[in-house]
Amino acid sequence: MAAKVSVKSKNGKVRRAIVVGGGLAGLMTVIKLCEAGIPVDIISLVPVKRSHSVCAQGGINASVNLKGEGDSPQIHMEETCLGGDFLANQPPVKGMAEAAPGIVFMLDRMGVPFNRTPEGNLDFRRFGGTLFHRTAFSGATTGQQLLYALDEQVRRYETVDVTDDKGVTIPGEKMVRKFEFWDVCDLVIDDDGIVRGVVAQDLKTSEIRSFVGDAVCLATGGVGMVYGRSTNSVINTGSAAAVAFRRGACYANGEFIQVHPTAIPGADKLRLISESVRGEGGRVWVPRDQNDKRKGKDIPEKERYYFLEERYPAYKNLVPRDIASREIFKTVVHEGYHTRPGVRASYLDVTHLAKTPSAKQALRNKLEGVLEIYEKFAGEDPYENPMEIFPAVHYSMGGLWCGFEKDARGSLKMGSPANAQTNLPGLFATGEADYEYHGANRLGANSLLSCIYGGMVTGPAMASWRESVKGSAYDMDDSVFDKAAKRAREEFEGYYKRTGSEFTENAFKIHDELAEEMLVKVTVERKNNELDGVIAKIGELNERFEKCEVLDTTPTGKMNQPAVFLRHLRGMLDLAEVIVLGARAREENRGAHYKPIFDPKRKEAKEYGDAGGEGAGKGRDDENWQKTTKAFFVGPKSAPKISYEAVDVSLVKPRARVYEQSSMDAAKGSLGASKDESKPEAKPAAQT
Amino acid sequence: MAQETVILKVKRGSGTGESSWEEFSVPLSPNSNVISCLMEIRKNPVTTGGQKTTPVAWDSCCLEEVCGACTMVVNGRARQACSTMINGPHGIAKNGETITIEPMTKFPRVRDLVVDRSKMFDALKRVKAWIQIDGSHELGVGPRVSPKDQEIMYPLSRCMTCGCCVESCPNYNDHSPFIGPFAISLVRMYNMHPSGKMHAGERLDSIMSEGGIADCGKAQNCVKVCPKAIPLTESIAVMGRETLKRALFGWLFK
Repeated sequence: MAAKVSVKSKNGKVRRAIVVGGGLAGLMTVIKLCEAGIPVDIISLVPVKRSHSVCAQGGINASVNLKGEGDSPQIHMEETCLGGDFLANQPPVKGMAEAAPGIVFMLDRMGVPFNRTPEGNLDFRRFGGTLFHRTAFSGATTGQQLLYALDEQVRRYETVDVTDDKGVTIPGEKMVRKFEFWDVCDLVIDDDGIVRGVVAQDLKTSEIRSFVGDAVCLATGGVGMVYGRSTNSVINTGSAAAVAFRRGACYANGEFIQVHPTAIPGADKLRLISESVRGEGGRVWVPRDQNDKRKGKDIPEKERYYFLEERYPAYKNLVPRDIASREIFKTVVHEGYHTRPGVRASYLDVTHLAKTPSAKQALRNKLEGVLEIYEKFAGEDPYENPMEIFPAVHYSMGGLWCGFEKDARGSLKMGSPANAQTNLPGLFATGEADYEYHGANRLGANSLLSCIYGGMVTGPAMASWRESVKGSAYDMDDSVFDKAAKRAREEFEGYYKRTGSEFTENAFKIHDELAEEMLVKVTVERKNNELDGVIAKIGELNERFEKCEVLDTTPTGKMNQPAVFLRHLRGMLDLAEVIVLGARAREENRGAHYKPIFDPKRKEAKEYGDAGGEGAGKGRDDENWQKTTKAFFVGPKSAPKISYEAVDVSLVKPRARVYEQSSMDAAKGSLGASKDESKPEAKPAAQT
Repeated sequence: MAQETVILKVKRGSGTGESSWEEFSVPLSPNSNVISCLMEIRKNPVTTGGQKTTPVAWDSCCLEEVCGACTMVVNGRARQACSTMINGPHGIAKNGETITIEPMTKFPRVRDLVVDRSKMFDALKRVKAWIQIDGSHELGVGPRVSPKDQEIMYPLSRCMTCGCCVESCPNYNDHSPFIGPFAISLVRMYNMHPSGKMHAGERLDSIMSEGGIADCGKAQNCVKVCPKAIPLTESIAVMGRETLKRALFGWLFK
């Protein structure tokens, strides 16, 4: 696929695209752009090989059906829509599910050391929200191996010369240039509202400059740091998305924050224990006796309360994450169960899978990466003792709003410039930074897939945009770029003036306060009176932010982390407000968004803080709330404006989300179904 | 019971400028690690002498020992700050003890504990650490791989380019062009892969020239400090045999 438009602008400059963020989504976008003959500048906070994608553990979903269970992309799509509680637009989900097998084969060709069957085929494991073995994996560090594979392909492009339209090498120009340790601080937008580049800061020297690009993509990940301690990397502040938000980009479905059921509590972060642990047979339980002081391994089977298995006999420990987190939260916080008195945790147990040396080795081959994290950070041997875990903030289903174009089959039309494009022309978003594929709750092992599929969509979309855009950014007057850089420099230099007696606040402490508030009140259970309190608190923190001392007045020319953190904190405060306002406004329960008052099963909802009233116990409310939340920046002192947009549910008819039995049973009529619920391995038949 | 504290003694400085030491008294919480201590310091950047100072600069990302960013020298040993626990079962210090923290010495210092490891990534370019695929479009299933080979390749693929191996290597320094154990180990991995094998010769050539495998002094420090227990010396031995074969008989296949 050769580029149809010239690689050079009229004034002879190489026309590059900009990709911000070098995780899976960003790197896949880069590969697609390079294959289309478009040179790229990558801007990343960290060397791209250290991006947050490395943290993904369990695997990547693809309905390859190599286990002969009758799995298909159609079922994958339906389960993804159901898992997301019908909040995702369905054409992109269809495109993703259909592309998944090809994506896994491509990764395999790139050399990802996926686990193998005895015949040398790819092995697949189970994950939450499905009864099929659909998840390809590389030990329990799949994200790391996938990221490295794409990193290597992009590194190869760093050595490939750019050629002009006649195939002649352009001296000194490589297909990929990396700007690592650079932080995006603004967008460059021309008079017609088209995004023409970005302004970024070199974190090693604090130098600020603008970058010209004929299409810009933000692949900057999620916003977990808004919650302080989460399973996210420390770079996941959402800063670049917040910068775009301030410049007018719409942020969608912010209130949908996934809380992962199983993480290790820690002082600096909550480390993920992958869902694959349950996929391989790990069991969640608490001692039936709340005063039991024995070690987990000493408690006999009949005195253990396997609450997920009892409550969800079909999916057992592999119910979707929002449900598992809520059940653990309810069992531990409200019902008073725990691993030991005084410890707020549940057990996640794999010891029964490691009874013999050969079984232990087999377990090690599949889960070593994650079990060693437990061993290192909790200091206990998970092969001997059940692990103590508790839910933790993990993933943002919401993100920058972006469009898509449907094809005749109702799937995504590949190559359309509408795909992945935000409401700011020329600005694209992909990966966790977008909002497209997971609706109100993401299924495990769909994130690696959505990142790579997102890149496969975004690269061609940017290429099409670059062909059609009116005039190249490289032919524009320098003043547009100089002005943007100057403004960013002035803002940053303003931080240096924050020293003296009136600047009494510490930005890191303000971040702690924000995180604590968000963590307690805007995660698993949300109550309107508490959300109102959080909104007020964010207002207070916004005022105190203005009094933050810079802490480090080292002149530019050197690294200055505290000054840069001020920009990131600014963004976190903005996005926290988007999250909370979205949650406050949404009066229903859907996926990760849950207000006890609306729980049909919980008649006593008012005991948890909300008075009864209209709509109590109604659950999901499709009539009023099957719509995307869209937040827009209004002004620095004003609350964001929120509006709504209908969801495209043209492919899978919304139905009740039931995991007590096989979802396919619940969906009789749309799919054939197995009747035998007593067998956990019973598989639904494929669509006829 | 009074809260336990430790003293962090941190080597500070910028670029090639002079270094100085600063000490901070840090209160511990359960499961504290070096990162959580550095986070405490930036909330109240005051030395044990009561001197107000700037927060310590450090590099970190995942905090679960898979990204490699937070490698620094703790009590004389290169390791990830996130997985260096202060207290608890694997703790390195008791109440009141001092922990010494320095940047790695084999790379240009940026500031305080932050160093620039670009040359490691450059080494990966040099050894062509990738599979030469025809494109990312659909080309059907990949090559079959035996579970036995996968079990060799997977541990090799977990190299985080963190720098521990080269920090501990006496042959890796400013005066030597040695590319380092990590790069040689990755050559082994790509040369095992069914399609990676097709370009095995080019990768072997890359480690047979200046700064290649011959510069390894067999000190065997690398394998002892690798946080992922990658069998680096085994990889170097295997590649030693392969490069020898190529040196002796390679001309036959040219």
